[in-house]
Amino acid sequence: MIDKKIVLHFPRSLVNEPIVYKLIEDFNLSFNILKAQILPDREGLMVMELHGTREDYNRGLAYLKNSAVDIQLLSKDIKRDEDKCTHCGVCVATCPTDALRVKKDTREIIFDSDKCIACELCIDSCPTKAMALHF
Amino acid sequence: MAKTIEEINEKIKSAKAVVVTAEEMVDIVKKEGPGKASVKVDVVTTGTFSPMCSSGAFLNIKLPNPKMKMQKVFLNDIEVFAGLAAVDLYVGATSMRRDDPLNRMHPGKFLYGGGHLLEDLVAGREIELRASAYGTDCYPAKEMKKTITLDDINEAIMCNPRNACQNYNCAVNTSDKAIYTYMGKLNADLGNANYCSAGQLSPLLNDPEYRTIGVGTRIFLGGATGYVTFNGTQHAPGKKRNKLGIPTAPAGTIMVTGDLKEMSDKWIKGVSFTGYGASLMVGIGIPIPVIDEKIAATCGASDEDITCPIVDYSSDYPNSTGKTLGEVTYKELRSGKIKINGKEVITGSLSSYYRAAEIAGILKNRIEKEEFKLGIPQKLLPRK
Ligand code: SF4
Ligand code: SF4
Repeated sequence: MIDKKIVLHFPRSLVNEPIVYKLIEDFNLSFNILKAQILPDREGLMVMELHGTREDYNRGLAYLKNSAVDIQLLSKDIKRDEDKCTHCGVCVATCPTDALRVKKDTREIIFDSDKCIACELCIDSCPTKAMALHF
Repeated sequence: MAKTIEEINEKIKSAKAVVVTAEEMVDIVKKEGPGKASVKVDVVTTGTFSPMCSSGAFLNIKLPNPKMKMQKVFLNDIEVFAGLAAVDLYVGATSMRRDDPLNRMHPGKFLYGGGHLLEDLVAGREIELRASAYGTDCYPAKEMKKTITLDDINEAIMCNPRNACQNYNCAVNTSDKAIYTYMGKLNADLGNANYCSAGQLSPLLNDPEYRTIGVGTRIFLGGATGYVTFNGTQHAPGKKRNKLGIPTAPAGTIMVTGDLKEMSDKWIKGVSFTGYGASLMVGIGIPIPVIDEKIAATCGASDEDITCPIVDYSSDYPNSTGKTLGEVTYKELRSGKIKINGKEVITGSLSSYYRAAEIAGILKNRIEKEEFKLGIPQKLLPRK
């Protein structure tokens, strides 16, 4: 049995399809949704933890890939370079968990790596490239 | 009772001046009113640390032997302006490397631009210089390739034609696809709202009618001491203003100058905006002499009293329609969420409030330690 975190990016054309439902029905995968931003007729994003046998997991992933969902595996580590971070806060709005947040009194930007799911959304949005992947 | 800048400087010299940050001034004015505050406080320090695209530096390279009149010059593969005397160059913050794919693969990443080059110089990192020339009788050399650092440059003078913009737009996107702008990535259907001002700490918002800031005002620039050398480009004082005279849209700007060799890479930072380009974050702080009650009142204005327009960058901004989707206060923006057309929208800041407060604190400290005296402006910024 394996547990894996993945991020799914749904193109607009697929948002109204019962894709996630198929994962349970056809591939016996159980899952935990960590974050979902899916609205009818819009591009969607879902961060989920999949649980099942390796074979079912691989078949499920192949199915997702064929259906044009963009998949990202989360097994890497995101770190913040403290010298580069300017504490601007652009990343806060992109972070789907509370890993990047504003400290109320000083407005310092806190990075809480325990809450980070390594979705990489902050990497592009950070102007100084302080957020980076480490393998 | 009105005070002059000279009188305040005398107080600084005898360590009697009362210096507070713009954040502290908000509380003082709230409690005691602007009249009492203007008697009690002598200087209010401000700060901002934001991307400022209209930034750059003049560099004077040591002449090689034999001499060369540089015509085409690349620093770390970025072409810099060489249309000046033999070895005078200007590095602009938004210039890109010659092999950068730019937006050919949209959205481009713009990982290394003029802003990064300026940061590398300030940090003392090695830079590759390549220059070519047509050769003259007095400047015969035609090619040059050398690794240099800031120490190998005679003068490095930061000269930014437009900085510290007084107020700015809050940028949103009402179209059905994400757009990439200098205000960051703006997601479709009002997915997020990005803003860029230090608000109550912002230099020109504390002296909104330019009654103390002008040519010769001494400032904190990139960690060093710099000067306001003129009004900035696109200085637009005629914008709509509130009761306190604070503009409700982008208005005044300043041109600033300082010695790059004295700056720190903490306050001079290259930045990249996906799909847009490279820029430079510059730390600026201006001390505001509290000359009278009126200036105490504006220094006491808080994020609640300062508003900015919400602008749609998918159509109204690029097409200059002048339309806005309403106004919002910096207090609302800093709460993390605002309401636009009934929809809750998350906000993101491009300007670092945390660092702006740090700059105001450093400046306060330097004045208290008598390391910094107020400059006397020879000509105030234009009010018309
Ligand atoms: S966007 Fe980058 S620089 Fe800004 S607060 Fe986040 S990590 Fe720091
Ligand atoms: S990768 Fe970045 S955006 Fe994603 S959860 Fe971690 S901190 Fe947040």
